[in-house]
Amino acid sequence: MHRRSTGQCGGGRSSGAGTLVGVSQVVVDVVLKPEISDPQGQAVLGALGRLGHTGVRSVRQGKHFVLEVDGDPDVAELRQIAETLLANPVIEDVELHLPTD
Amino acid sequence: MRIGVITFPGSLDDVDAARAVRLAGGEPVALWHADDDLSGVDAVVLPGGFSYGDYLRAGAIAARAPLMRSVVDRAHAGLPVLGICNGFQVLCEAGLLPGALTRNSHLHFRNRDQGLTVERADTAWTTSFTQGQQIVVPVKNGEGRYVAADADLDRLEGEGRVVVRYVSTTPGSGVGGNPNGSSRDIAGVTSADGRVVGLMPHPEHAVEALTGPSEDGLGFFTSVLTAVVAA
Repeated sequence: MHRRSTGQCGGGRSSGAGTLVGVSQVVVDVVLKPEISDPQGQAVLGALGRLGHTGVRSVRQGKHFVLEVDGDPDVAELRQIAETLLANPVIEDVELHLPTD
Repeated sequence: MRIGVITFPGSLDDVDAARAVRLAGGEPVALWHADDDLSGVDAVVLPGGFSYGDYLRAGAIAARAPLMRSVVDRAHAGLPVLGICNGFQVLCEAGLLPGALTRNSHLHFRNRDQGLTVERADTAWTTSFTQGQQIVVPVKNGEGRYVAADADLDRLEGEGRVVVRYVSTTPGSGVGGNPNGSSRDIAGVTSADGRVVGLMPHPEHAVEALTGPSEDGLGFFTSVLTAVVAA
């Protein structure tokens, strides 16, 4: 479980502090399991090599979801959302990032 | 024999699938994804296309459509279900079939006539074929690479769950080879009871000489008529 502070994405609908009062921001990161080949990541790696960034050894491409939820996050519910819809557990790993206080 | 064809937002091949049902001798019944009721159909086809624009993952959102709850429940009770291309992706996302379909290994959309070997001629959708028969139907996908953990692939092969496999490359034939990097050349798989089948190639586009490369695809739709009678 990783934690990160709220208030890092100001603007838009958010208040000056970054999020609406009474609203929590939860981030879900999804990436293909290590044993599933990632041709998109490999294409990015190829482009980096052509641009001269030869020190990059590997690229894995994934998805980044930002959820705004009312009140305190229900961790069990969010874990279910992440593992049953946002990610396909057959091919993907998922990480839930909850706000700190 | 009433065969339902589900239309999701973004389905493309529902009309061709319904037409294939009719040419095979069945009565196609149009079903809408947002309904709850399967209208008493004897079998269901999930057609190809790009349901919900392939947002999130191909087939992921369609798999959670209201009608899919009925499809999953009835499939567990033996309702024959065929998923073609995007329909196959939906069935995997819905948990009715094992594995997943991912971005083609070469990153290109691949559209061509494709040779397949029928490895199971005893599922609800393949009794019109003979085991080992080679057929040619179109394939067209960008996210058709079948994957699963090696242990799961071993188990599927051990249980004989591979229904159709891409034929290995035949020089000059123009229809061979694995079009998308699928594990072990797998083009389609079935449920443990042989009633649910999913495949990436498109049998509904090969049902008459005028528009298809063959009439081989018709066999999927004639098979289910027999399966429903036998059930």
